[in-house]
Amino acid sequence: MYDVAVIGGGVIGCAIARELSRYRLGIVIVEKFEEVGFGTTKTNSGIIHAGHHSPPDTLKGKLVVRGNKLYDRLCKELKFGFRRIGELVVARSESEIPELERLKNLGDLKGVPDLEIWDRERLRNEEPNLSNTLVAALHAPSAGVINPYELANALSENAVENGVDLKVNCVVEKIVAGKGFLAVHTSRERIKARFVINCAGVYADKIAEMAGLRDFTIHPRKGEEYMLDKRLKGLVQRLIFPIPKKNTKGILIIPTFDGTIMVGPTAQDTADRDDASTTYEGSEQVFRFVSKICPSITERDTITEFAGLRAVSNTNDFIIGPTRIKGFINAAGIQSPGLTSAPAIALYVRDILKSEGLVLKKKENFKPHLPGPPRFASLNDEQQRRLVEQDRLFAKVVCRCELVTEAEIHNAIDHGARTLDGIKFRSRAGMGRCQGGFCAPRCMDILSKRLDKPFQEITKRGGDSWVVRKMVDDA
Amino acid sequence: MLGRVEKKYGVVVVGGGPAGMGAALGARDHGEDKVLILDREPEAGGILLQCIHSGFGMHYFREELTGPEYAERFLQKVIDHDVDVLPGSYVSGVVVDSGGSKKVRIMSEAHGLITVETKSVVLAMGCRERTRGAVRIPGTRPSGILTAGLAQKFVNLKGYLPGKRIAILGSGDIGLIMARRLTLEGCHVEGVFELMPYSNGLTRNVVQCLEDFDIPLYLSTTVACIHGRDRIEKITVAPVNADLKPDMSRAWDVPCDTLLISVGLIPENELTQNLGIGLDVVTGGPLVSSTLETSMPGMFACGNVLHVHDLVDYVTREALLAGRFAGEWAKGVRRPKDNIRLVPGDNVRYCVPHTLSPEREHTIHLRCKAAMKPCKIKVGNLMEKKLRFVFPAEMIMFKIKPDLLDKFHDDTLRIDILPLEKGERVD
Repeated sequence: MYDVAVIGGGVIGCAIARELSRYRLGIVIVEKFEEVGFGTTKTNSGIIHAGHHSPPDTLKGKLVVRGNKLYDRLCKELKFGFRRIGELVVARSESEIPELERLKNLGDLKGVPDLEIWDRERLRNEEPNLSNTLVAALHAPSAGVINPYELANALSENAVENGVDLKVNCVVEKIVAGKGFLAVHTSRERIKARFVINCAGVYADKIAEMAGLRDFTIHPRKGEEYMLDKRLKGLVQRLIFPIPKKNTKGILIIPTFDGTIMVGPTAQDTADRDDASTTYEGSEQVFRFVSKICPSITERDTITEFAGLRAVSNTNDFIIGPTRIKGFINAAGIQSPGLTSAPAIALYVRDILKSEGLVLKKKENFKPHLPGPPRFASLNDEQQRRLVEQDRLFAKVVCRCELVTEAEIHNAIDHGARTLDGIKFRSRAGMGRCQGGFCAPRCMDILSKRLDKPFQEITKRGGDSWVVRKMVDDA
Repeated sequence: MLGRVEKKYGVVVVGGGPAGMGAALGARDHGEDKVLILDREPEAGGILLQCIHSGFGMHYFREELTGPEYAERFLQKVIDHDVDVLPGSYVSGVVVDSGGSKKVRIMSEAHGLITVETKSVVLAMGCRERTRGAVRIPGTRPSGILTAGLAQKFVNLKGYLPGKRIAILGSGDIGLIMARRLTLEGCHVEGVFELMPYSNGLTRNVVQCLEDFDIPLYLSTTVACIHGRDRIEKITVAPVNADLKPDMSRAWDVPCDTLLISVGLIPENELTQNLGIGLDVVTGGPLVSSTLETSMPGMFACGNVLHVHDLVDYVTREALLAGRFAGEWAKGVRRPKDNIRLVPGDNVRYCVPHTLSPEREHTIHLRCKAAMKPCKIKVGNLMEKKLRFVFPAEMIMFKIKPDLLDKFHDDTLRIDILPLEKGERVD
């Protein structure tokens, strides 16, 4: 029997599991996909918000600022891509300036550091590629960008290193309350735990329902994102936000951690919990809006597009806490700023577990650090030479668009990659302009050899996402 | 010699496909004896190796060969000519010193990180395929959507099928070839959907790969949506209006487990760009003089990295020429700079090379913007050439003799494709 079963290996579930792995507890993550972070996490915009957007009287408003501050240490420990590049909320007319002031006051109140309103001239000096019709901006230097899938991978890997069990391809079907425990029936096995933490994202209300709870509902809100060609690298230095609307922070210009510009997301309510489709309407909306703020951005530069679902709850706030089912704890409705809040949510849930009677005894041998993946392309000559001396596979290029070496592919597999997407998210192979056109067969060869699986059983991202069939079916 | 690499060369060729091999031979034939080919794949030969269909070499060898046969003949010649070939090597950069000598930085599993010095370089990296992202198809992101070239690699080199029920977006040559190839392997090809009102591939491929196999070609039609969660399940296709936007009121669904993308090729010029060499925004390749020299002295380009060719035979011809000039450069031959700029005029999308010199005969390559028949190519006031038809998918080539340019006193030579005037006829 486990002490804690975490349902959902997204960034929230992984953050909670990793936090709890500091203590002498038996913990399991139950994930329905082949790898962690394959749901909402991988489609996240990757923004660590400064925190001035959310109202201070909400749970998300409280957790976001705390979460933001926890990132420096987390990044130092786990070595995922994170950089505080700052954000700008831009005003397109004089009439929007009071809204900047309102946001600044809200942020000051919550302890968001160093908020400053920039006038037209300052804005133009700092971000010369933005439209010259913008009149002012609110600058928040503590905002940052992150590769969200790297975070989920690092958290889960570190959790596993500290004794957490990770069960993938494991779909929860039923939850039955026993004496002093909950039994989670999954597609693969029955898992017993004293505490179950519901981090099931867009399915969180369905999971709660399995435990007999109908206290909240999740209403997925789709966001489409468009990744632009490297040509536009450096176009803006900071995250660019419009004045926020009621349901959304609006369509943004995001210089991702790797420097590629991404634009989006849209905000479209959908009834389908798996609807990760992009649309003509979505792209039109994104590019029409963005081109007003930054005229050099056009649809022509799109290299890839994707969509993800925000797990919006009926309360429009995070739903985190114990329930009337003893041992069943929700961490649900985690929409934006969920990624920013994740480390704070982990601590919040830890405290809830404590007050619910879980004894927390620190492990003496907890290992907080991960070495982080080698990134050959980002190293200087001397560092590159040293790596090649250690391992000749660092001189064998697999992905030429992003300059990823075979040693890095092996490293990704050593650290949990089981699919082409898993390799992509860990090593960047296949993320560039040719979108895997050249490196996919090589990555499949390596996966096939390393996992001892036939070539045709390698998938894009698990499930039924097969890539090739055998030419002649076995009789 | 295969696998050998020394410290100093006269000519280093980046890319071991038909362009690279042709350039190496061109350099050797003109007396440069230290030539190195660098190729990133485990075997030199380029994309030819996966083109197991025939139809190569009709112009150059005067016989019909398969891609691997064409590559094999060249590779043998290259080895016989004592050219060094280093497969599995990746050029991470070229550093040019003030004296013009070039240091090529190479990554190779066999040799580690090495640098070779050379006098001239030929860029022959070829091209890559445009992807789904570049053509913007809405919908989900399941597996089973791949470029036609990747499908060709799976089938011909690895022995696997990309799927069983195939739809193809775009009528590029590789897509057409794969329609036939997959049909022969027992797959069902639902159709080829082409955005433009004409095929993007060669006429011979439309006839031999689609018509002969009863595979429908839907012109002015595009894929408007992709469906399927893990694996592609169907596509929505729709005819397009004059603005090339799909008319959803006339859309229909096509069930499939695979969507091949064959919507054009992009010269692969990341290395070129990193060197600060000037590119032509239309071709996507470097701007070159009549000696196929780029804006960086001693740096030449040929083949699909320069502009996308229809046939490998044309690549070979261009590559031999680039190799010859690169070899001459290595031996210290400096020719007078070109003094005539070639400018695309009416109905001309681009022309290569970008400048000319009255010194020698030139082969001009160009593509038209729109189909026209019958018509004439007008080269300034120097010459006219009547044609039965022009077609964006087919490259137009013609020669300009030096004596014509001798009498030309302007610095700008404009090329137009014009309809025939009253009374004019194609002979």
